[in-house]
Amino acid sequence: MTAGTTPARFERPSALAFLGYALGAVILVWALDGAGWSAEKIARSGPRMADFLSRAWPPATDSLARLGWKMVETLQIAIAGAALGVVLSVPVALLATRGLLVPHWVTMVTRMVLGFIRAVPDLAWALVFVVAVGLGPFAGMLAILMDTLGFCARFFADDMEAVDQGPSEALTATGARRIDIAACAVIPAAMPGFISTSLFGLEKAVRSSTILGLVGAGGIGIELKVGFDLFDYPTALTVILMIAVVVIAVEQLGALLRSRIIGTDR
Amino acid sequence: MMDTALETQVAAHAATPPADLTVRGLTKSFGQAEPVFRDLSFDIARGACVALVGANGTGKSTLLRCCLGLSPFEGGRVELLGHDTATLSRRARRTLRSQTGLVAQKHNLVPRLTVLSNVLHGLLGRGSGPRYWTHMLAPAEARDAAMAALDKVGLPHLALRRADGLSGGQSQRVAIARALVCKPRFLVADEPTASLDPAAGEEVMEMFFDLVRAEGVTVIFTSHNVDHALRYGERVLGLAQGRLDIDAATAGLSSRDLAGLYG
Ligand SMILES: Nc1ncnc2c1ncn2[C@@H]1O[C@H](COP(=O)(O)OP(=O)(O)O)[C@@H](O)[C@H]1O
Ligand SMILES: [Mg+2]
Repeated sequence: MTAGTTPARFERPSALAFLGYALGAVILVWALDGAGWSAEKIARSGPRMADFLSRAWPPATDSLARLGWKMVETLQIAIAGAALGVVLSVPVALLATRGLLVPHWVTMVTRMVLGFIRAVPDLAWALVFVVAVGLGPFAGMLAILMDTLGFCARFFADDMEAVDQGPSEALTATGARRIDIAACAVIPAAMPGFISTSLFGLEKAVRSSTILGLVGAGGIGIELKVGFDLFDYPTALTVILMIAVVVIAVEQLGALLRSRIIGTDR
Repeated sequence: MMDTALETQVAAHAATPPADLTVRGLTKSFGQAEPVFRDLSFDIARGACVALVGANGTGKSTLLRCCLGLSPFEGGRVELLGHDTATLSRRARRTLRSQTGLVAQKHNLVPRLTVLSNVLHGLLGRGSGPRYWTHMLAPAEARDAAMAALDKVGLPHLALRRADGLSGGQSQRVAIARALVCKPRFLVADEPTASLDPAAGEEVMEMFFDLVRAEGVTVIFTSHNVDHALRYGERVLGLAQGRLDIDAATAGLSSRDLAGLYG
């Protein structure tokens, strides 16, 4: 065989690929249009942003104590909601795990319900619970609980489906019941996954809990809303910075705990 | 007419010891046109120790799973300890399985639990519920039984170690203890030493067959090691192209007779 010719630098796209690119471009333009894209507004926003910052800076420090306590309440909402959500997730996940305890149709229904719970945004859950139990942190905690349940139960079930089937089979061969197999072989093997998922759930809960106050479901979010409503930008900026610090801290803590507890043998 | 049928049956019983496993016309495919094996028939007598040999992928593991009722099959009948495995109720199947056990190529211990809890789980066919989930909650007799089984495999000092901290040979010995703790009548060992280095493999084989002989357990095992099959089996079943090519007492066989199965 003779030496091959050097290939061209660019391949000519196929007609289908070309059509795909064109369609993608059309969709992007259409979406930008729907989103009210305006170069002019962007150009004008710079000075306004500078104005906001100049009025917000320096962040207010006079109400730090009050804001601090509000942040503590926010964390309480997040921790309580996430903890209850994780605990409830275990039995629900057992119903959502294919081939473990329940017939296939039950796992399908459970997974559909969990999909619905996830599809409803956390602020919408908060609004629903404000109607159900009244304004305040309890409504927020219930919203976080639902959010955590939808997330953790689904991933717990996936973790349990992914475990090595060997131990389960060995126990089946010796006459163990399905519930015993779940408790002795499946859940222990899925435990690293459970811990990792739960820590993600907690991080998610902290992030969500900071804005629940916007709809009156407790936590520091209300301070953000009031700050903007009253043009008290220094306080609003303080709240934004506090939220950022807490969320980043919780993410770091989660990463640390994950590597400490689970190590490398995930 | 009934009488003569009964008489023949009784005569048959007198001639051979009762079979713990009876396989008749067993056919299994995984949905493909060509079955993994077709129309297999054999018996395993009470207390026998039978080696099942054959090249990789001939269906040894599948056959063992069918015998234990862990895998469904298309044709034929499997009678294990006197019960037709296909027609049992779930409860009756559990009772039957509490007299059987499986030792696989992989030890299949639960990695994050203690050795003692893993052995205790061998009793789940007898007792169910949280009291049998961990050695911390287990009834005293169950803990003692698990400890005695660990003693038999020579690892009582590792009772509280986590199972994922053991060597391969130790893990397989713990798996044997888990299989023996419920005093089974029928054990299946599927390449029990295939994942071990040769020295550890020899040790585990010796220990396993000493224990099952001492307790009179009926055993069917597979091995890709022809010497093991001849040394530890009293009888050899050779599977090739979906059929039993060999069904003979070990005494008259040499490793050359079995070499053809792996060709
Ligand atoms: N779950 C399964 N689905 C489809 N085919 C399978 C399955 N398990 C085993 N087989 C096939 O059945 C045949 C026998 O496999 P196996 O019993 O594991 O053989 P052996 O244990 O003798 O090596 C192989 O060809 C394998 O591909
Ligand atoms: Mg095999």
